[in-house]
Amino acid sequence: MTALISAMVEAWSELRIHKTRVLLALIGVTLSVAVLTTVVGVGNLAREGIRLDSERNGGREATLTVSIQPGQPGVDAVDETRTTQILDATIERYSFTHASRLSHAQARFQFPAGVQPVELQVVDPPYGTIHRVAVSQGSWFAADDAERLAPAVVVNEAFYQAAGRPNLVTEPQISVLGTNPATAVMIGVMPNAYPEAGPQAFMLTQAAASVGIGGSYQGMGQELRIWVPTGMAEELVAVLTADLTQQLPGSYVGVYRSDYAAYGDPFGMVQIMVSGIAALILLLGAVGLLNISMVTVRYRVREIGIRRSFGATSGRIFTGVMMESVVGTTVAGALGVMLAVAIVKNPFVESKVAPGLDAYPAFPIEAALLGLGAAVVVGALAGAIPALVAIRVKVIDAIRF
Amino acid sequence: MSNIFQEPDQDLLDGAFLTESGDSVDGALNASGAAEEAFVDLRDVTRTVLLPDDQELHILRGVDLQVRIGDHTAIVGRSGCGKSTLLNILGLLDVPTSGTMIFDGTPVGKLRNNTRAKVRGASIGFIFQQFNLLPGRTALENVVTPLMYGSRKEFWGRNAIGMEMLERVGLGARAGTQPHMLSGGEQQRVAIARALVRRPRLILADEPTGALDVETGQAVMDLLDTIATESGAALVTITHDLNVAARARTRYRLDAGVLSPTDTVATSAALVAVGA
Repeated sequence: MTALISAMVEAWSELRIHKTRVLLALIGVTLSVAVLTTVVGVGNLAREGIRLDSERNGGREATLTVSIQPGQPGVDAVDETRTTQILDATIERYSFTHASRLSHAQARFQFPAGVQPVELQVVDPPYGTIHRVAVSQGSWFAADDAERLAPAVVVNEAFYQAAGRPNLVTEPQISVLGTNPATAVMIGVMPNAYPEAGPQAFMLTQAAASVGIGGSYQGMGQELRIWVPTGMAEELVAVLTADLTQQLPGSYVGVYRSDYAAYGDPFGMVQIMVSGIAALILLLGAVGLLNISMVTVRYRVREIGIRRSFGATSGRIFTGVMMESVVGTTVAGALGVMLAVAIVKNPFVESKVAPGLDAYPAFPIEAALLGLGAAVVVGALAGAIPALVAIRVKVIDAIRF
Repeated sequence: MSNIFQEPDQDLLDGAFLTESGDSVDGALNASGAAEEAFVDLRDVTRTVLLPDDQELHILRGVDLQVRIGDHTAIVGRSGCGKSTLLNILGLLDVPTSGTMIFDGTPVGKLRNNTRAKVRGASIGFIFQQFNLLPGRTALENVVTPLMYGSRKEFWGRNAIGMEMLERVGLGARAGTQPHMLSGGEQQRVAIARALVRRPRLILADEPTGALDVETGQAVMDLLDTIATESGAALVTITHDLNVAARARTRYRLDAGVLSPTDTVATSAALVAVGA
């Protein structure tokens, strides 16, 4: 233990004495680590942003979409009500905790400026969890919202704007003009899916039926979204397909994964490219450090000889030279990581890299560890070669150097 | 510049050697008595190197040398005669090509490199002609350098031990000064403090006054003699300064790799003069 502490004291002393050289060498390492960590951190942030976007469209990993399309030639399709019953029974039989029916419809709403068609998605409450729906005001549907006499709607920002941005606390109402005209209550507002989005709204299946907004567009069939454990997805696709095909003769039954990870990690290639760039950057930093270390060892040959004449073993010299490099790069790595955190967690950077996120993820600990680990490894590698050179120095020649 | 051209004292040239107590001592005859076991014992040691043209260069030939604890031995010889090689072998920095070397009762041929380094650190103190102080470190940091490789007690108490040594060489007040701010004499005193800080039993001085003027050289040698005597260590000085050689109780001359005892400085002077 004393030998290790002694080696560290010696290494620190060397760093202190050669501070200018060390500083120059370590600036390169600090910047390399900062870039490496920033690239990984920003990549992670961008990935989170893209994943969120993908999850909002296709559901979380793994989301199964069950699509029932009537119209298989020559066979009478099961009617829509029976199809709904079969789907409900399927959810119950398989004990799916997160399942939502999904259908698209167009409804007309009475806005202050007149009647406007609204793209309506008819869903069940679990849809919000499956698709990570985030509301900026109010709330998503609760289970008891289906019991409301006035159907609840969650609207997008464009809808909310057209409705005159009423205060949601007052449970603002808006007329739905359908087969059975009704008054809906706005309970939540979510951001627009894209900048130029028109008015859109979500309504629960049961509520939509009560106001005569029947299921899907004509001939579109029914759709079911189920969030299942990733490991079971493949098996469930096969089982559900067989099960529903048998129960729904005359319909096309499609069961498939609709989430972003259905065909492997879509960010894998990006991640490999980013990692490659980061590794290259780090390599440049390491080469710079190695270069300076080699020059330094040659400059210090005499000193190494003197130390050996006073009893420093070759192991001790190796550890000392190595430790100097590792101690230095570890400090530089820590600084680099701090710099990277400051860059990645900058609100401006966050908003530009992942504009869709309403809550930004914490700085990825793996990026910080990678940066610090890389700094230590670079220090060890850049220290090992000069250290090997140092122990090969012949003491007699070194003293006379 | 070495002191090779200095005029030695006439009485020294006449062969009368006086120890500090004023006793006359015959050069190669060891004052401490042959019966005492040698701390370092070289028997028929040779050192040969292979030159690029495949010819062998015999640096040392059949060297016999015994150094006992408390001895002060001087080895004189002209430049290139193998003095430094002999010192390196004595200091476990180099190994003989043939012959035997016993260091503190152990044949060094059997020692591994790391063991040799540890023995060297614990038992041998080096003083170099060019001081070889580590640049950028203070006098105290230089003095404590050997303690970094010492025992736990030596490592943790290094600053106190180092300060004590600096006080002993009269440089306690310059502990925080860097070598380039010290005079040549002061630098060599720091080097002496560093060589003795682990209380070695063998002190090897390679031209210790070679880079100093006469007066400073004498002062440094006075200090080295005193401290070596106080610590009871054996002191081996390699020099071609006859004044420095004259201080030793045992003297050898090295000529073309052959070590032989010499009992007068006159002999040494003649030898050196020829070589110079």
